[in-house]
Amino acid sequence: MKLYEYEAKNIFSQFGISVPRFKVVSNPEEALLAAEEIGGRVVVKAQVLVAGRGKAGGVKLADTPEEAYSYAKQMLGSEIKGEKVRKVMITKAVDIERELYLSIIIDRSIGAPVILASPEGGVDIEELARTKPEKILKIVVDPLIGVRDYHARQAASFLELGEQAFRKAQEITINLYRVFENYSCELAEINPLALTLDGGLEAVDAKIILDDNALYKYPEFSSEFTRDLSYYEAEAKKMNFSYVELDGNIGILCNGAGLTMATMDSVYVLGGRPANFLDIGGGARAELVERAVTLLLQHPKTEVIFINILGGITRCDEVANGIVGALKKAGVSKKMVVRLKGTNEEEGRRILEENKVYVIEEMDEAAGKAVELGGRR
Amino acid sequence: MTVLVDSETRVVVQGITGREGSFHTKAMLSYGTKILAGVTPGRGGTTVEGVPVYDNVMEAVRKHPELNTSIIFVPSRFAADAVYEAIDAGLDLIVVITEGIPVHETMKFVRYAKINGVTIIGPNCPGVISPGESKVGIMPGHVFSKGRVGIVSRSGTLTYEIAYAMTKEGIGQSTSIGIGGDPVPGTSFIDALEMFREDDGTDAVVLIGEIGGDMEERAARYIVEQGYEKPVVAYVAGRTAPPGKRMGHAGAIISMGVGDAVSKIKTLREVGVEVAELPSQIPSLLVRTLKK
Repeated sequence: MKLYEYEAKNIFSQFGISVPRFKVVSNPEEALLAAEEIGGRVVVKAQVLVAGRGKAGGVKLADTPEEAYSYAKQMLGSEIKGEKVRKVMITKAVDIERELYLSIIIDRSIGAPVILASPEGGVDIEELARTKPEKILKIVVDPLIGVRDYHARQAASFLELGEQAFRKAQEITINLYRVFENYSCELAEINPLALTLDGGLEAVDAKIILDDNALYKYPEFSSEFTRDLSYYEAEAKKMNFSYVELDGNIGILCNGAGLTMATMDSVYVLGGRPANFLDIGGGARAELVERAVTLLLQHPKTEVIFINILGGITRCDEVANGIVGALKKAGVSKKMVVRLKGTNEEEGRRILEENKVYVIEEMDEAAGKAVELGGRR
Repeated sequence: MTVLVDSETRVVVQGITGREGSFHTKAMLSYGTKILAGVTPGRGGTTVEGVPVYDNVMEAVRKHPELNTSIIFVPSRFAADAVYEAIDAGLDLIVVITEGIPVHETMKFVRYAKINGVTIIGPNCPGVISPGESKVGIMPGHVFSKGRVGIVSRSGTLTYEIAYAMTKEGIGQSTSIGIGGDPVPGTSFIDALEMFREDDGTDAVVLIGEIGGDMEERAARYIVEQGYEKPVVAYVAGRTAPPGKRMGHAGAIISMGVGDAVSKIKTLREVGVEVAELPSQIPSLLVRTLKK
C-alpha cells in the first residue's frame, strides 16, 4: 500500500530526516491560514496516490497566501488522473542548489534490500536508469545484518557533496533504512532530496510503499486501506477476493491467481475481452462463491460470466451451489459459461444442470464459448 | 530418480493441528507420504490422523531421527519463527505453504537458510510432488502421473491445469515444484532448473511463470549461458494484466516498468524456449521438442 506524501513525510520527520515545514488542509480557507503561518513562498501539493501529479497540475508554486488559497480551491475536489483530491499540502518552498536521489528498495532478484543513490535526482529513477545508469549507485545490504556506517559513507560520497552535507547524507541514509525496516517497506524513497543553498539536505518529496502482508502491524494506516476503491473493488476486498477491473465485457471468476490470469489470457488469445480478474482463492464455500458471482451479475460492464474452476481443495459442488444461489437471488440473468473440473465434479455438474446451467469440461472450449457469447474484438 | 522429495522423504508437519494442517496431513498420508511427526506448541502428546504431535521441532527430530523434511502450515504471523525452528533443528528441506508472510521476514529466513545449506520451497506455494513417491504439499495428487518431465511453477491451480493436460496426453512428471507466488521465493527458477539438470529421471522441464519480477528473464539467461541440455517449454500468465495492479499473488505485479508477460515471453523465445499461447498447448510442445 502506497502512503500519501504527508504520511510519508510525518514518518521521515519522526526518524530525523529533515522535511520542509508543511501543513495538510482540506479547504481553501485553511490553505490561506497555513500559507500565512508558514510565511514566504509556498508550494501547494495535491495529496493523491497516482504518479505524475506534477505534470497534471497537482503541484503549484504560490508567491502569496492568496495565491495558495486559489490553487487550493482549484485542486480540492478536482480529479487528478481519475483520483479525487481530498487534501492538499501547503509547504515551504526551498531554495534548491541541486536535486539528489536516495531510496531503499527490495531487490527481488537478489532477495535483499538495496540502497539506490544518485547525484542527479528530481527525475524518474527508471528514466535515469535508462539514460544515465552510471549515475546510479546500487548497494546491496544483507537483510540479516542491516545498514552499516560504511554503506552510508559509500552512498553519501556518491552524491558529490561538501563536507557538511556529506555528513548529513550519511545520517539520512541510516535513518531512511530505519524507516524501511520499522515500517516493513517495499520502497522508501526521497526524490528529490534537495541540497539547499545554505548547505542543508531536505526531503522535498517522500514516497513510501508498505508491504500489504505486513499491514496488520500498522493499524494507523490500515484504517484507510479501502481508500480510493470502486464499489466493486471495496466489496471484493471485504470478502478477501483478489479483484482487478479491466475494460472488457467477459467477467472472469476462478480459483487461484495463476489460473485466473491464464483464463483472462486465454479469453484474450481467442479474441475476447476480459472485464476483470476475480480470484476466489482456494477452498471457497458456496456462500462465498455466491457473493462472488453476485458481484459479477451486478457489474454493469460484465455481459458474459466465465467461471473456470479446477477443484483441488475447492469443491465443485460448493461452487455449483454458490452459482445457483446467486442466480436465484439476483433477479438478473447474464450469459454464463461454467467449466468445472476436479473434486466432486459430477455432483457439481448435476446441481448446475438441474438448474439449466450447462457445464463445459475443457478450459479452451469454455473460453471459446465465452468469446463467442461476448463477441470478438 | 526425482528431485527434492522421493520415497526416502520423512516429513514433520508444523501446524498439524490447524484446519489446513490436519486436512492436508490426511491427504498426504493417503497419497503415501511418510509423515512421522507433527508439531504444534502446547499440543504435544496428542495425535492427528495417527501422527504423534510434539511441542517443538527439536523434540520431534530427537524422537524421529529419520526426519529430513518439514511442511509448514503455521499462520503467517508465526510462520517465520517456524522456519527458523526447522532450520535450527537440522532439516534439509522446508516447504512453506503459508501465504501472507511479510517480505522483510522472508528475506531474512531465506538468507539464513542459504547460510545453513537448507532448501526452502515457498512461501505461498502448493509444495512439491514426485508422483507415485511422495507428496509434500496441498496439490490434488490425482492430476499428476509418474513420468520424466519436471515442472517448476510460480502458481498452484495453473500447475494443476497443466499437469492435468499432460497426464491426459500420457506425459508423466518426475517432480513438480511449486516455488510460490511471493516476491522473494526460497527457491528460484534457476535453482529448480539446476536440480532437474542433475536428475537422470528428468528429460525435459516445463516452466510456468507469471508477471512480476525478472525470474523468467534470469532463467532465460541461465539457459543460454549454461548451454542447458534439456529442452524447456514454458507458459507465462498475465499478458492481459494491467501495470501497477497486484494480480492475486504478492509477487504478481508489474512495477517500475519491470515484469510484464510479453517481454518475459519474448526473452524466453529468444533463447529457444518454446512458449505456449494456451496452457493446453504444453503437451504438444513437449512432444515436439522431445522429438527433436
